[in-house]
Amino acid sequence: MSTLTLRINGNTRTTDVDPETPLLWVLRDSLGMPGTKYGCGMALCGACTVHVDGEPVRACSTPASAVVGKDITTIEGLATSPTELHPLQRAWIEHDVPQCGYCQAGQLMSAAALLARTPKPTDADIDAAMAGNICRCGTYQRIRAAIHSAAGQLAQEKSK
Amino acid sequence: MSARANPAAGADEVLRELMRDIELGAAATPLRARKLDRRTFMQLTGLAGGGLLLGFHIGDAQAAIAPAADFVPNAFLRISPKGSILIYSKGPEIGQGIKTAFPLIIAEELDARWSDVVVEQAPVNPAVYGRQSAGGSRSIPDSWDQLRQAGAVARMMLLGAAAAAWKVPVDQCTTRDSAVWNGKRSVKYGALVAKASAQPVPDPVTVKLKQRSEYRLLGKWYTGVDNHKVVTGAPLFGIDQSLPGLKCAVYEKCPATGGKVRSANLEQIKKLPGVRDAFVIEGNGKPTEVMPGVAIIADTTWAAFQARKQLRVEWDESGASKDSWKGIVERATQLGKHPTGEKTTISTGDTAAALAGAAKTVTAFYSYPFVSHAPLEPQNCTAWAHDGMVEFWAPTQTADRALQTAAGALGVPVERIKINQTRVGGGFGRRLMNDYVCEAGAIAQRAGIPVKLIWTREQDMAHDFYRPGGFHSLAGGLDADGKLVAWRNHFITFSTDGTNPVSGGNMPEQEFPAHNLPNYLLTQTMLPLATPCGPWRAPRSCSVAWVIQGFLHELAVAGGRDHRDFLLEIMGERRLLPGGLDTGRAADVIRLATEKAGWGGKLPAGHGLGLAFHFSHAGHFAEVAEVSVDQDKRIRLHRVVVAGDIGPIVNMSGAMNQGEGAVIDGFSTMLGLEVTMEGGRVEQSNFHQYPILRMPHHPKVEVHFIQSDNPPTGVGEPALPPVAPAICNAIFAATGQRVRTLPLSKEGFSV
Repeated sequence: MSTLTLRINGNTRTTDVDPETPLLWVLRDSLGMPGTKYGCGMALCGACTVHVDGEPVRACSTPASAVVGKDITTIEGLATSPTELHPLQRAWIEHDVPQCGYCQAGQLMSAAALLARTPKPTDADIDAAMAGNICRCGTYQRIRAAIHSAAGQLAQEKSK
Repeated sequence: MSARANPAAGADEVLRELMRDIELGAAATPLRARKLDRRTFMQLTGLAGGGLLLGFHIGDAQAAIAPAADFVPNAFLRISPKGSILIYSKGPEIGQGIKTAFPLIIAEELDARWSDVVVEQAPVNPAVYGRQSAGGSRSIPDSWDQLRQAGAVARMMLLGAAAAAWKVPVDQCTTRDSAVWNGKRSVKYGALVAKASAQPVPDPVTVKLKQRSEYRLLGKWYTGVDNHKVVTGAPLFGIDQSLPGLKCAVYEKCPATGGKVRSANLEQIKKLPGVRDAFVIEGNGKPTEVMPGVAIIADTTWAAFQARKQLRVEWDESGASKDSWKGIVERATQLGKHPTGEKTTISTGDTAAALAGAAKTVTAFYSYPFVSHAPLEPQNCTAWAHDGMVEFWAPTQTADRALQTAAGALGVPVERIKINQTRVGGGFGRRLMNDYVCEAGAIAQRAGIPVKLIWTREQDMAHDFYRPGGFHSLAGGLDADGKLVAWRNHFITFSTDGTNPVSGGNMPEQEFPAHNLPNYLLTQTMLPLATPCGPWRAPRSCSVAWVIQGFLHELAVAGGRDHRDFLLEIMGERRLLPGGLDTGRAADVIRLATEKAGWGGKLPAGHGLGLAFHFSHAGHFAEVAEVSVDQDKRIRLHRVVVAGDIGPIVNMSGAMNQGEGAVIDGFSTMLGLEVTMEGGRVEQSNFHQYPILRMPHHPKVEVHFIQSDNPPTGVGEPALPPVAPAICNAIFAATGQRVRTLPLSKEGFSV
């Protein structure tokens, strides 16, 4: 066990864990942030996607010790404030994307990383950025539509 | 292996009863006659006012502090003096959108403004709520009248209260937008709560319900009531539950069903970092409850998972499954050479003579594999044995049945079992069984502390109740006009007890096209099996529709017929067939799907259209797929058009989402998913060996509904079965290659 200090959603959090513990379980079990989901444990399904220094990372296969000193963003920190959702979150609600909803935190985090580097993604950009995220319910068509609609909204907000 | 020694036989028996309940809607019937009055409700729950909900959901303070001054006409509704309308959704939300659909039905009859409505999950109490399960696409049809009555009763009381206050006859008052109106004056529901509470409770079966033309809410597009929580990562799911002092548990069972623990390195495991305890549970030998295994309790999930990797168990496999998929395929292929099987399910006319005298005959052998449910949220359950009771936080599809099942498995009276329903991260039929609930209870009883049992993905794939594979040896005969006159199917399926087919591996006598043809013979042969099977999204239909609708297309092609015309001819006159298929509704959706897909029109070079129809779960669905295939057998599924008739639609967004998801699930499954067993062990362990379809390969899906005046039925399942045959028929149209084995990857196809 060792004491790790992590910067998560702008806050500094300290926890005593085995440094090899994947970030996923530190978030879920040690820090009480269960928004990031366990799906496969092998970086195959993307349900555990978080941002590390802005890049999408599979938290189930990332040792917590590897992200010390980096900026971690989870689904709980995607919105600017509880009342001001990220444009993707608004689009997800507007398009009624979720079915069971279990994968959607990971889908949103992958999509947010995509829009941060490619503000107006093509369908091919979406395919490439989202291929690591499984939706067992099959909401891909709505995820795609919601990403396009959020991108449009971001462009509008920028041009104001 | 004898039936008695086969644990999977016990599971099949339980599942037969479960499916009977589901298909008959039997669990719902007692309530329909029950009065939903407030007094009965209070008597049944033994609680009043806000007390009802205390502690039912971890951290749910809002419900618990609801003041007793509210208008609570029945267990489904609570209107506060401020005008907020709290509606309890009684059934499990598994991704089918029921937590939005149920309250919409109540709100419609209540004439509530949807923005005034707040939705909470109801406590699990079948004595009050009746059926609290999600399966068989029965939630809407079984609850429709009950929910409408719950809303209409409340509306009548509010109307009566306002009329009395205004001293005008009730029939001069109307309701809309959460208010009672009399001419131009109006009073909001919130202002009526005290007076409405004093109104007599009308008999729910006598209240007038709306006609479809009077609907203000139903049929429109609504976003899910929990979507804000979903997109912000709120702790909704079973796996997200937390309690003070909660520890994490894993439970290791024999990879071959039926194996028992001979010994395990428990002392070594107990010394591992973060591990609190490790012990053997003998279980009761029922795959639907508690099979033998080793429990490890640790401080964190990761510590438990790590300890599991060090766990060494010597299994006694004398009574365990030895199933081999390779062996099954060999045996079934031999059996398929026989035109008929051991047992005749239905025989109409003289099929042998009709085939002998047919102008043209076609024969074919179809096979499909076992598949896993693989919901993205692995099986899990939180349990706590305290104060003489066992309390659960369970992501289950059958919260009501879980009470009885857990009570039986744990030896606790059912009154001492409490189930809290959580959101469910995918059902697909897997969570109709409550094995993980019973396991969590058994571990919690022994541990004496609250524990959260989490299955690893590998365990989830190794211990499923699989959709059974199957084999069909078919012959069909056409007359000189290309009309289908005879159909013979030797269905090779499985049995765990030697008498009954496995769950999801049956083929009833009313299965289409049994009652559409003058000569029809369905026989079956059952191979022994020890692998547990269970209902998988549209059980039976999810596999046999592919066979039936693919072979029909083969016959249409052989007869030189247009597939659409051929199918419509088989449907014939508008009539209701045994089993519920309405040939008129079938023809209507076939016409709609083909029309929307541009059937008979010009297609881009290399593209093919494929059509299929299937009736299941009271839903009539026709689908058309547009496919192209390149030289490397890479498939592009360009578009799937879905046309369905499930009566009136409750939430258009939810219904369309189910249609879209069913198409993608169906394509995903037929394309590359297969579970194989050797030595009784499932060979696939995680998503690298079970490649669920991903974003780059989903088709464009268009969903159309015929909103008939028939009673509303469910939409979680019936859109799935036509997908696979429509796609295979389209592959044939595009390439001339007939697919008779699934998954497509086995035939060399990819995306």
